[in-house]
Amino acid sequence: MIQLEIPKKARALIAQAHQVGENVFRPISRKYDRAEHTYPKELDMLAALMDGLASGGQGGGVNDVAQSRDEEGGDKKKKKRGNNLQTLLGMVELCWGDTGLALTIPRQGLGNAAVAAVATPDQKERWGNVWAAMAITEPGAGSDSAAIRTTAHLEGDEWVLNGEKIFVTAGERANGIVVWATLDRDLGRAAIKSFFVPQGAPGMRLVRLDHKMGIRASDTAVLEFVNCRIPKGNILGSAEIDTKKGFGGVMQTFDNTRPLVAGMAVGVSRAALEVIRSLLAKAGYEATYEGTPWTQPAALAETYRMEAELEASRLLTMRAAWMADSGIPNSSEASMAKAKAGRTGTYVTTRAVELAGQAGYAESELLEKWARDSKILDIFEGTQQIQLLIVARAVLGLKSSQLR
Amino acid sequence: MASNVVDRAMGLGLTVIREVAGAEWIEKTGLRPTVEKLMNVGAKQAARGMTAAAKSFGGKPRSKEERLSAEPALDDFDLTPTEEQELFVETAKRFASEVIAPIAHRSDVNMVTSPEVLAAAHELGLTSLVVPEALGGAATTHGTTTLTLTAEALAAGDAGITIAILAPIGVASLLADHGTPAQQGRYLPAFVGEKYVPATLAMHESGVLFDPAKPSTRAKREGEGYVLDGAKCFVPLAATAELFVVAAALPGSGAGLFLVDGGTAGLTIAPEPAMGLRAAGFGTLNLASVRVGKDALLGGDAARDALADAIDRSRIAWSALAVGTSQAVLDYVVPYTNDRHAFGESISSKQSVAFMVADIAIELEGMRLLTYRAASRVDAKATFKREAFLARLQASEKGMQIGSNGIQLLGGHGFITEYPVERWYRHLRGLGIIEGGIVV
Repeated sequence: MIQLEIPKKARALIAQAHQVGENVFRPISRKYDRAEHTYPKELDMLAALMDGLASGGQGGGVNDVAQSRDEEGGDKKKKKRGNNLQTLLGMVELCWGDTGLALTIPRQGLGNAAVAAVATPDQKERWGNVWAAMAITEPGAGSDSAAIRTTAHLEGDEWVLNGEKIFVTAGERANGIVVWATLDRDLGRAAIKSFFVPQGAPGMRLVRLDHKMGIRASDTAVLEFVNCRIPKGNILGSAEIDTKKGFGGVMQTFDNTRPLVAGMAVGVSRAALEVIRSLLAKAGYEATYEGTPWTQPAALAETYRMEAELEASRLLTMRAAWMADSGIPNSSEASMAKAKAGRTGTYVTTRAVELAGQAGYAESELLEKWARDSKILDIFEGTQQIQLLIVARAVLGLKSSQLR
Repeated sequence: MASNVVDRAMGLGLTVIREVAGAEWIEKTGLRPTVEKLMNVGAKQAARGMTAAAKSFGGKPRSKEERLSAEPALDDFDLTPTEEQELFVETAKRFASEVIAPIAHRSDVNMVTSPEVLAAAHELGLTSLVVPEALGGAATTHGTTTLTLTAEALAAGDAGITIAILAPIGVASLLADHGTPAQQGRYLPAFVGEKYVPATLAMHESGVLFDPAKPSTRAKREGEGYVLDGAKCFVPLAATAELFVVAAALPGSGAGLFLVDGGTAGLTIAPEPAMGLRAAGFGTLNLASVRVGKDALLGGDAARDALADAIDRSRIAWSALAVGTSQAVLDYVVPYTNDRHAFGESISSKQSVAFMVADIAIELEGMRLLTYRAASRVDAKATFKREAFLARLQASEKGMQIGSNGIQLLGGHGFITEYPVERWYRHLRGLGIIEGGIVV
């Protein structure tokens, strides 16, 4: 039956995540925005809490997102049972609190999603609870991830990695890095595999941490791999190069992580909308949904527009997660959600700053911070333009060679 | 297909489904020329003059009112339609492509939907979706979501014609949800009968910054009844409606809806040609000292609730039509941009073109989900004012953007009436503006 509400079974998790957002993240939000590259030690106790949640069967992390999909297998008739939607809704609340801090919760890295999506049962056993970052982008290859130059080749019982990775979220703090590398540059995307590299593996070096406009509580690392050696068993998925199958394996992760990033944009946008609404209400302009937008003051009318964009983003994002839980392929819908929520995040947070005037732009409120934090959400895990490309190909029925 | 539908309907044991499956148009529409010939036969454009006489009503007052129950509590996210909804949508899609779309252009030019088409649409059985079983319908629970899905599918054929189809269904639904025993008894049997009965909701008014909750049309108390004065615009089916549901300010405070029979002294209509949606047969309804009885106030003591409900559900209806029309745009530009070649390749292989198509798809889905959410909350008897407001706002803005980009993608071809896209552009502007007229 068609209903587009918060599922009853997700309410407890949402309430807990909201508590974390409100009582753990918000009080230290400005502190770690200013103290960039300082580890937020307050999050250690949160890791324990998240572990407690997970072991209690509540779900609530990227691990659970990907796992639920994996367990579904190809059996589409299976009744829905996944955790994508719940996890997404938890993420929305955490990012309503603080996006940077949400990104630096131990053991909730994007690498964990990759492990859960493509690792063997044995690998999941070993790394499922290890905090894993994701290293894809290189100085010369961002959106075009098929063009990465980092190489991996087998020497005896070890893989040897060479290359440089940038924009590695949690690259310093995570205990392991999922690194994308090619087995043979001449064979294109089919030769690209991902590898689990333990933090501090011989030949791996932290070059620097980047200084960023926003999400400063989250570390963004540049990593160098010079004859970096890892065990043979650390390749995720098959070592065979199947040119027919191409990118499928590694790209599959995105179907799960893009709705999550869209959810981050929904969370930070909602935070900004709530604050500007409250500021306007203090000024005597209360949102009542009476009349039409045109019969109301311009600032209030604009908040309705922001709210409509936000609601559309939220529902598109929930749909993408619901599809994953229901075993329905969701690549296009995940990209739709990411595209819409990504641009909405920037629109809503920057407009909130504009409408709030001094209180928006000064550091006295968090509005200006959210306007800085939100921009990255329209970029990482696939830029706006990459999402449009994916949606366009799906809608128009074109192959990547026909629409490049 | 027909026998398959009947089989499924029998299995479900729903009278309403049997009505859909047995619809005569399924046989008729094998012959598109026949349908085309139906156009204009007996069609009555809105002309300046009197309203149609209310000859179809006269049922007896009932002892108590009948109300539809709410769906189970809202506690899930699920986009799976029911089997009944799938069947209605499937049927509506066929009706849209085989009956509506072929006559859309001429109906728009002629500013009227032929009564034969409206009669055929009546056989779809949509009215029985909104009227309780006890009153001759087939509904047990509220049918806004099903009607929304169906309206969307019909609008992909033509939104103007869909308005003409929906107007009496909306009136029936308002009577079912708010009517007093006397009002339900008098009017509802006619709407669920075999014959199509035109009726309409008259809410919009002229003037900038119109607020449907604050009509300037006024009801004064006089003796036992009321006297109505004012003017309504964008009234669908103005020339043929036998019943007008008129929004007017009440004596004292607030506003309500009045049931005004066609042919009542003081009612006159004038044609109101507009930029688009012309097949709806829009007219201006003038009310000059129109006397109605005390029973004419829809919902009686709860009249204010009835108007608020109608305003919000009307917004969902317009949003659904914007979704359907935008879907038509998308379905048209996909093959067009793939087939159209420039600079030696199909234009869809250019990102500037492909990204416009992607944006149409994304915004359309957003509009759709907002609309469904509002609709499902109506059926659950949850609050939906905010949801309807936001759905309408998004549908208005994104719908217009989609209409504009649709033409842009066709270039000059989009601008000429040989292609349907300019009509959708004209429709989408109106779909984001008009209040009332239809509800789901």
